[in-house]
Amino acid sequence: MLNILGKRYFFFALSLLIIIPGLIMLAVNGMPLSIDFKGGTLLEVRFENGQFPTTESIKKIYDQNGIKDLQVQSTSEGSLVLRSSELSESVKNTILGELKNTVNSDVIILKADTVGPSIGKGVTQRAVQAVSLAAIAVVLYIWFAFRKVPHAFRYGVCAIIAMVHDVLLVLALTGYGAKFFGWQVDSLYLTALLTVVGFSVQDKIVVFDRIRENSSIYRKLDFEKLANHSIVQTLQRSINTQLMTVEFLLLSLALFGGVTLREFAVILLVGLLSGTYSSIFIAAPLLVVWEKKEWKTWFHKNQETTA
Amino acid sequence: MDRRYVKLIVILVLVALIVWVDLPRAEGQTGIKIGSFERTLNPVLGLDLRGGMQVLLSPQPGVTASRTDLEDTSKILESRANGLGVSEVIFQVSGDKYILGEFPGLTNTEDVIASIKQTGLLEFVDTGSTFMNPGDSIVTDYVVGDTTSSPTAEPTTTATVEPTVTPETADGTAETTVWHTIMTGKDIESVTVTTGETGGYAVDFVLTAEGAKIFKDHTTTNVGKALTIVLDKKVISSPQISTAITEGKGQITGNFDYDRANNLAVTLRYGRLSVPVEIVESRVVGPTLGTDSLQKSLLAGLIGFAIVALFMIIYYRLPGGVAVVGIAIYAGLTFALFKLIPVTLTLSGIAGFLLSTGSALDANILIFERLKEELRNGRTLRQAVDMGWKRAWPSIRDSNIATIITSIILFWFGSTFGATVVKGFAVTLSLGVFVSLFTAFFITRTFLSIVIDFIKPEHRQKWFGA
Repeated sequence: MLNILGKRYFFFALSLLIIIPGLIMLAVNGMPLSIDFKGGTLLEVRFENGQFPTTESIKKIYDQNGIKDLQVQSTSEGSLVLRSSELSESVKNTILGELKNTVNSDVIILKADTVGPSIGKGVTQRAVQAVSLAAIAVVLYIWFAFRKVPHAFRYGVCAIIAMVHDVLLVLALTGYGAKFFGWQVDSLYLTALLTVVGFSVQDKIVVFDRIRENSSIYRKLDFEKLANHSIVQTLQRSINTQLMTVEFLLLSLALFGGVTLREFAVILLVGLLSGTYSSIFIAAPLLVVWEKKEWKTWFHKNQETTA
Repeated sequence: MDRRYVKLIVILVLVALIVWVDLPRAEGQTGIKIGSFERTLNPVLGLDLRGGMQVLLSPQPGVTASRTDLEDTSKILESRANGLGVSEVIFQVSGDKYILGEFPGLTNTEDVIASIKQTGLLEFVDTGSTFMNPGDSIVTDYVVGDTTSSPTAEPTTTATVEPTVTPETADGTAETTVWHTIMTGKDIESVTVTTGETGGYAVDFVLTAEGAKIFKDHTTTNVGKALTIVLDKKVISSPQISTAITEGKGQITGNFDYDRANNLAVTLRYGRLSVPVEIVESRVVGPTLGTDSLQKSLLAGLIGFAIVALFMIIYYRLPGGVAVVGIAIYAGLTFALFKLIPVTLTLSGIAGFLLSTGSALDANILIFERLKEELRNGRTLRQAVDMGWKRAWPSIRDSNIATIITSIILFWFGSTFGATVVKGFAVTLSLGVFVSLFTAFFITRTFLSIVIDFIKPEHRQKWFGA
């Protein structure tokens, strides 16, 4: 039988190897917050005749209106995304008018978002609060649902640690994305992150449930073997569910198109994959580590772990 | 009769109902009406899918507003926006300090924003013997000066009892009367709805000291005349002065039912409160992008479903086919509930729905994997089917409950903070998970059990992918 748990430290290391550089990048460059969180104006426009004004000419228009921090991005769908600090209604209309003049074509507004600076401040903090509260509630619920298994509390804690792993992985991905593809964190990103959190917990419980069931059948079996057996038993299901959920979402979202949605799709893909991965390679191995109290031997290099 | 067949009949009736609810309605066709329950049965699309403008308002810095204040304010804003001729405008209190306004289909934002920025001017106008109809526009001599200065209208020393008449210069067809404003809403201290002497409802108001003096002077000399209440130059009510009001307390009576009395009270209060709001967020989605997103998501849903269906049938054979029918019913039922509740569909809502579809699939996969395992352990097909359900149920139940817990907390977060993106996601996710639990356990199970009866499966384990 596949021995997944035997290589548990390898998988832990692999995860850290992916997560840590991303987080460092994020720490160095800062969270790439979009206007949703730091305030500002985003205009997405398309031009009736399909022409584009040059970035310089757009910058000039903004400059003349006293806006110096414009970022221009063109999308694969033939539209322009213009991000800047907050524009008042009248300045916005002046700018749109001048854009129209430069290309001699009607400007179609696809999107025009203006967010005041006060609004985003609390969002991140509140989102962290909400997710933390949800995490505590989930730990308590798992503790209750697994009450017939020895050390039920551990299952809850391990599920949440693995969930945190998934969140960190998504954050690391954001670090890479921001560095190499100019990603920005907006409210849609928050939705993607929440989806990952929801799916992650759900997936952990399915794997743990098998351990719960097996532990009442094979009472005398060593916990590591029991856990490994349970993982292997649920492997087919994990793969199939992952394949379909992801396939389903990937296709849907890849077809949505648009700059922001593509980002959303990629985050979901990686996040959901991580959700399944961490059930098998993080959550269950952590249970074993805990069961054997392996941290006692972590710092005694030459001592063999009594496995 | 076998209980399963009773279930089957229930399911078929349910499916018929779902189909009926889900079928697109022609324009103007009526939906359901049972007592006070009335639905048009058209899907409610969020602004990101149909295009339009969304604004988030909050009291200006330094202004504290209670929830009642916000509710009053949003009511006034709504009636004002509707006065602009924009249809389906909704203003609602969101969280503890926000008002969310939605203008479907509207992308020209200037008028609306201008209208929101006004503070709402409530005037008491001397209209002499003319009683006005609610909704009439009138012109008064009160001019809003500097918005920061007190809007109290000091009555001019020469009390203009006779209205001044000025010819309309614009088209010359009508003459516009400029009426005199006695005082503004600033002078109202408090407003309450009470039951009037004659049984109906009445609106009591108490004036400030200053207001009381103005009122006393005016009402003693104008008994029997009209005192018209005007909000933003539109007539709200035109009651008659029945006696002189000298104590600074008065009552407005009429044939009010509670709602009308309350609406009037809200209006009066708003005039007093004048919660100045500012726009903290505005989002405009052009109709092109909205339609585009909607079409793409529908197409994506169909393609995604086709792939999943194919996979399920190839991999799990017969049960897979049954599951596909179950998932189709699941999708139909969820959509029907979206229409009935109704749930506003947004892009994030669709993401929540997709995730719950994932759960629905997962439930089926869990069951079928167990079924195959039991078959490999040498059980007969009927035993395996039963065991598969029984063994898979705890994991389906617990994992879905955890998801429901998460989505309830997210819903709470979304609604207290005015984060509509999160709220929309949480609503569709929790609803979808409930429905998926129901379909996986009630519908797919019944179908599979009945199908086995028909195929006499003893030698056909291949049909189960085992």
